[in-house]
Amino acid sequence: MIISVASGKGGTGKTTVSTSLALSLEGKVQLLDSDVEEPNAHIFIKPEIKNVENVSILVPEVDESRCTFCSKCQEVCSYKAIAVLPSKNGAPGKTLIFPELCHACGACSYLCPEKCIKEVKRNIGILEEGARGNVEFIHGKLNIGEAMAPPLIRAVKGRIDREKTVIIDAPPGTSCPVIASIQGTDFCILVTEPTPFGLNDLILAVEVIKQMEIPFGVVINRSDLGDKKTEEYCQKENISILMKIPFKKEIARAYSKGTTIAEGFPEYKKEFKKLYHKIKEEAEK
Amino acid sequence: MKICITSQGNSLESQVDPRFGRCQYFIIVDTDTDEAVAVDNLNKDGLGGVGIQSGQFMAEKGVKAVLTGNVGPNAFQTLSAAGIDVITGVTGSVKDAVEKYKKGGFKPGAGASVDSHFGSRGGER
Repeated sequence: MIISVASGKGGTGKTTVSTSLALSLEGKVQLLDSDVEEPNAHIFIKPEIKNVENVSILVPEVDESRCTFCSKCQEVCSYKAIAVLPSKNGAPGKTLIFPELCHACGACSYLCPEKCIKEVKRNIGILEEGARGNVEFIHGKLNIGEAMAPPLIRAVKGRIDREKTVIIDAPPGTSCPVIASIQGTDFCILVTEPTPFGLNDLILAVEVIKQMEIPFGVVINRSDLGDKKTEEYCQKENISILMKIPFKKEIARAYSKGTTIAEGFPEYKKEFKKLYHKIKEEAEK
Repeated sequence: MKICITSQGNSLESQVDPRFGRCQYFIIVDTDTDEAVAVDNLNKDGLGGVGIQSGQFMAEKGVKAVLTGNVGPNAFQTLSAAGIDVITGVTGSVKDAVEKYKKGGFKPGAGASVDSHFGSRGGER
């Protein structure tokens, strides 16, 4: 089973839940950190990294000696990554490529009438994999300043082994990197906090996930802070509250030192196991 | 010779727009005849690649120099590939900018004056 952990609002406890869940389960577990812009699960898992790979996307390169500056490539590019300056007053034309705007769809090279566009690799980041105990760990690190997170997220998800229990620690928000992370997962845990900001962003995340038709439930972190509005919302919308984690200074202190709840407070392991079984039930409904 | 001044309004009395790609209007002036045309910038609310498109538009119009507040790296690359002079740091009215240009008071820049997405943040530093 593949479980994604998302949130809407950042800082609600996605990594807290996904790392502790991974460390509470027996059998073969895979933990994927798909927040490639700010990966942090490794700080808690402390895996031994055994393999590092470059991840690249394919971007166009134009052979200007054969280019007729017909502008077909520019017309088919949805992301304005190609600009053709036609020849003018005897001066030769130019085809400019802006690789950082390219989403690697391949349309330009496929549709070029002169077949003078080839695709070349552009590195966007690295993928690292390793393990700790029964937990296999994979994450991606996007290059600094790079905007193209989804291809790296897909590369991380390419390591999914369906024979194992897979947990994906997704990035916050509701945009492309989140969609890329939770797409194709069997269940999504939405971690929230009972504050107005937490609820606002939870509602946005629920809208997204309903459209994607992925079964989901909510974990309320720091559940004894804030107000009751999040629970009221879940009841009204018939959304299962799978678990509540209270606000405790000891948990926060351990987290700040890179210690998960499952390790710092082993009594919680059975709570995370319960969470897993609830998810299994819900996913099979 | 045709030059283009980015403008916040559609007249010569308007203030120069500090943004290139996402400026409100392009005012294209023929420095030989003083004929001026204001063109609404259709790219200004685009999602991305706006500087590039505005740069291509300048090339299409046969402009030889662009006078503006700032240009980003992609717009600069497009404009220089098209052989267009880029003059940044221009403020005040469009009319004054044209006069100063005619007297040779500006020097073309050698690179972008701001990073990408300057204009989409509203042109504030």
